Amino acid sequence: MSTPDLTTPNAIANVNLRQVGKAKPRNDAPTKVYGKAVYAGDFYMENMLFAKVLHSDRASANIRGIDTSAAKALSGVHCVLTAEDLGDLNRVMTDLPGQAGGGTKNTKQPILADDCVRFCGEPLALVAAESYEIAQSALDLIVVDWEDTEGVYDKFESQKPGAFNVYGDDNIVAAYKIRKGDIDKGFEDADYILENTFSSQYQEQAFLEPEAAVAWVDEHEVLNIRSSTQVVEHFRAVADALGLPHNKVHLTAPYVGGGFGGKEVMTIEVWLALLAMETKRPVKLIQTRENSFISHGPRHPFTFTHKTGVTKDGKITAMKIKVTSDAGAYAKLSPYILLYATVGATGPYRVDNLWIDSTSAATNNIPTCAYRGFGTMQANTACEAQMEEIANLIGMDSLDLRRQNFIQTGDPNTTGQIIRSAVWSDKCATQAKAALGDKEDNTDHLAYGHGIACYQQSYGRIRWMKDTSESWVGMEMDGTVIVRCAVTDIGAGQMSALAQIAGEVLGVPMSEVTVYFGDGHVNPLAGTSTASRALYMSGKATELASVAVRENVLTCMAKHFDVSVGELDLADGRVFVLDNPERGMTVKEMIKLCAAEGVHRHNLAIYRAPPSEGLDPETGQGEVFPDFTYGAHAAKVSVDVDTGEVTVIKSVGAHDVGQSINLRAVEGQIEGSALMGQGFALSEELILEKGVLKNGSFSEYLIPTSEDVPEIECIVLESRSGLGPFGSKGIGEPVFSPVAASIVNAVADAIGTRIFHLPLTPEKVLAAINEKKMKQAAE
Amino acid sequence: MSNEKIINLTVNGASVQFIAPSHRTLLEALRHEGFVEIKCGCEKGDCGACAVLMDGEPIDSCLTLAWHADGHEVVTIKGLGDKGNADPLQKAFIDTGASQCGYCTPGMIIAAKALLKENPDPSLDDIKRGLSGNLCRCTGYTRIFEAVEVAAAEMRGETQEGEAA
Repeated sequence: MSTPDLTTPNAIANVNLRQVGKAKPRNDAPTKVYGKAVYAGDFYMENMLFAKVLHSDRASANIRGIDTSAAKALSGVHCVLTAEDLGDLNRVMTDLPGQAGGGTKNTKQPILADDCVRFCGEPLALVAAESYEIAQSALDLIVVDWEDTEGVYDKFESQKPGAFNVYGDDNIVAAYKIRKGDIDKGFEDADYILENTFSSQYQEQAFLEPEAAVAWVDEHEVLNIRSSTQVVEHFRAVADALGLPHNKVHLTAPYVGGGFGGKEVMTIEVWLALLAMETKRPVKLIQTRENSFISHGPRHPFTFTHKTGVTKDGKITAMKIKVTSDAGAYAKLSPYILLYATVGATGPYRVDNLWIDSTSAATNNIPTCAYRGFGTMQANTACEAQMEEIANLIGMDSLDLRRQNFIQTGDPNTTGQIIRSAVWSDKCATQAKAALGDKEDNTDHLAYGHGIACYQQSYGRIRWMKDTSESWVGMEMDGTVIVRCAVTDIGAGQMSALAQIAGEVLGVPMSEVTVYFGDGHVNPLAGTSTASRALYMSGKATELASVAVRENVLTCMAKHFDVSVGELDLADGRVFVLDNPERGMTVKEMIKLCAAEGVHRHNLAIYRAPPSEGLDPETGQGEVFPDFTYGAHAAKVSVDVDTGEVTVIKSVGAHDVGQSINLRAVEGQIEGSALMGQGFALSEELILEKGVLKNGSFSEYLIPTSEDVPEIECIVLESRSGLGPFGSKGIGEPVFSPVAASIVNAVADAIGTRIFHLPLTPEKVLAAINEKKMKQAAE
Repeated sequence: MSNEKIINLTVNGASVQFIAPSHRTLLEALRHEGFVEIKCGCEKGDCGACAVLMDGEPIDSCLTLAWHADGHEVVTIKGLGDKGNADPLQKAFIDTGASQCGYCTPGMIIAAKALLKENPDPSLDDIKRGLSGNLCRCTGYTRIFEAVEVAAAEMRGETQEGEAA
C-alpha cells in the first residue's frame, strides 16, 4: 500500500496566495445587504398568472374522482390541472443527474396523484388564476372523492410479508451489503462485545426562502423557468416530463435563499412548466411555508444497530451493523442516501472485519430526501455514540479509543477504497477537545458535560455517475475578469468563491471579478450545488480555466520582458518580473499587448471527478467517492436536572478543510452547522401521526433562534491535500456531520446515561435522569 | 368581493398609493407594489423575514393589514441606505459575513436597526433577545451578533470609519 506524498500541495505550485485562504467579504454580500438581490419569487412579468397547488391532507387513500368544475367556473381562474389532464405524461424524474451521466437510478413519481395518494402532501391539482386569492378560492372549490386505505407508517412493519403495499413488490426501495474480512473471527478476537440500537428523527431543511418560481414561454418557443433550485440541470427532467426537446427548456437559478438539500430534487418547476404551457402566460408560484414542509422531503429517520467487538486495549476487531431508513412513499434519492449511510456507518475508523446490511423501506410517510449530511450524518451520529459507549464499557478515554482506530491515509475504508488525502482526525479532535477547557463542577440543579465527535464525510458525487463541471474564464480588453459558470449560488458563497479563485490566479482583486452564475443556457454547465461538490468541482474547473488564461498571457509577457514565464507574476492588477517588481505593467496594458498579438485571453475548462465502476454487489467493495473530509466537533453543555432542559454553552468545530478559499465563508459554514446540528440534537423533529404532519410551522417545529446560540469557535486546519482548487476539500456537509453527535455525547456525559433516540427533548432527558435515579435507588 | 379602500402611505420617504381589500396584508400589498426587498418566509409572524419599520417601530408586515398602514411611514431595508451612503449595520453585515443566503437579511437588519435605536449599547444578551424574532438558518447567528456590535460601536462614534473592515 503506497502512501501518497502529501508534502506537495495538490494545487498550483509556488503560488504565493494573496486572496485565497483570507477572510474576505463575499461578492454577493452588498446586493443582499442593500435589499437588491432578486430571488425567484421576486420576479414580476406583465400578464402574469399566479398558481396554487392542492396537496393531499391524507396519507393513504384511493381517489375515486376529482371534481374541478366549480373551480374552473370561478371568475379569474385560467387553468385547473389534475392527473386526468396529464394522461401518459404524468411522471417526473426525481433522480438527480446534474452533469453526471452514469449510474443513476432513474426514479420517477407521478406529477399529480392519479388513482391514489401515498403520502400527506402529495400534489393533486394545479390552479393558475389572476391572483393568489382567486387561486386559493379555486382550490377550496375542488372536491376529491376519497376512499381511505390502511397505509403503513413504520419502516420495519412495511418490510413484513403482507404489509400494505406502497412501493414496488415488497416496499424495499434499496438495499446494500458490505462483507469484508472475517466477521466471526473478529468477534472471537474481541475482549468485549457491545450491541446498541440508535435511531434518529425527521429533520426539516427550514431554508428561509420557500420554494418559488416563475415560468413562461418566450418568443422562441423556449419554456423559461426562473426557480429557487440547487440544480439548473433539472431542465432536462422538465423537458422529458412535458415531452419537449431538451434545448427548448431553460432553467435559471437566481440567488437561492437556502437549500440544504431541500431544493435538490425537482420541487415546483414541473408544475409551473405545465401551467405556463397550458395558459401561454407567465405563471408564478411561491409555496406557503405549510406546503413547503410537506413537499420537498425532509431528512430520513434512520435506525442503526451496532454490534462492536473490541479488545481491552481499545482496538476494534469487528463491526456488525444493521441500517434501516424510512424512504416514505417514493424513492427520490433514498437509494443514494442509504449508500452514504452504509459507507459512513463505520465513522472515521478502520474496520477490517465488517458486516453491514442496509435497507431503505417505503412507507406512507412523507418521502424523505436530500439534506446536508445525506445519510452519512445520521450514520456518524450513531457510530460516535457507540464509540462513547465502548469507551465507557472498557474504561478508556473516548479520544484515546478513537486514536486507536482512526483510519489513516493509505488505509482502506468501509468499501475498500484507499484514502489518498490527509487524515487529520487526531489533530482536529485533540484541538477541539482542548478548546472546551476544563469541566465545570456540577451544582444541585445543573449537570455539565463535554462531548466530542469525529467523522468521515465524502465530498463530490458518487464516482460511477461520472460527474463533471465546466467553467469559462476570460480577461476583457480593459483587463477585467469574467467567469461564466452555471453553478447555483444557494447561500454558501458559491459564486464569490469563483471570483476569489479567478482573481487569485489572474492577479486582480476578487471584488472586481464578475461571475455569471446559475444560468445554464448562457454559461457552461457546472452541475449541482449539492454533495459538497460545488466549490470542489466548479472551483476546480475555474482554477483550471484561470491557469490556462494565466499561462497564455504570461507566455506573451515573457517574450515582451525577455524572461521566462516562471520569472513573472500577476498580482494587484499588475504583471511584473518577480526579482524586479518595478519592471512590469498594469493588467490593462498587458491585455492590450496580448490582444494585439492575438493571444487567447479566455478558456473553457472541464473538470472530471475521478470515475469508478460501482460496487461488487456481494461484498460491497469498490470506490464510491472522490475523497473525504475529516475533522471533529466538541460541545460543552449544561443540563437542568429538574427540567431536563439542555443548554449548549460552547461549540467548537475543528476541521481539515484542505485549503480554505474564503476563510470567513468556511467559518460561516462551521457556525451555521453548529446551530443546525444543535437543532437536530435537541429540538427539531417533524411529528407524523399515521403519515400526517402535525407541526408544519416555525412556531411548532423549533429551529434554533438567536437566544440558543452558544459560544462558537472555529479551528480551520489546512493540509492542502484535497482534490479541489488549491488543494481544498469540500466542507458544506462535512463540518455539519459531527455536530449533533458531539452534543448528544456531551448530554450523556452530563447525565451519566444515554438516550438512544433523538432529539434530546427536555421530556426525554428528564425521563432518562429519573430512570437512572430509580435504578441507582434499586441498587 | 371584500371592501376595498385607497391606502396612502410613505415607503422609504416616497408617497405610495394603492387600492387594497380589507384582508390584504401589508406584506402582500407592498410586494405587489414592487417592494420585493421585503421577504416572505412564513406569513404568520414566526420568522421575521418580512420585518419593516412603521413609524420607526419594527413590525412583521405579514401580521399587519395594509389598511393599518394607511397614513403611516414605512421603511424597508432599501430605505436604510445603499452603496455610498450605507447604514453602519449594512456595512457591518458585509464586512463580518453576517449574510449568507441573504433571505433573512432585510428583516434581520430592520430588527437590528430597531434594537440599536432603543439600546445604542446592547450587551450580547440584549442583541440575542432583540433578534430572537428573526430566524436565520445559514449563519448560526454569530456573525450577525458581531455585525450589530460593530455597527453599534460605529454609531456611538467609538470606531473610525472603515476600521471594522
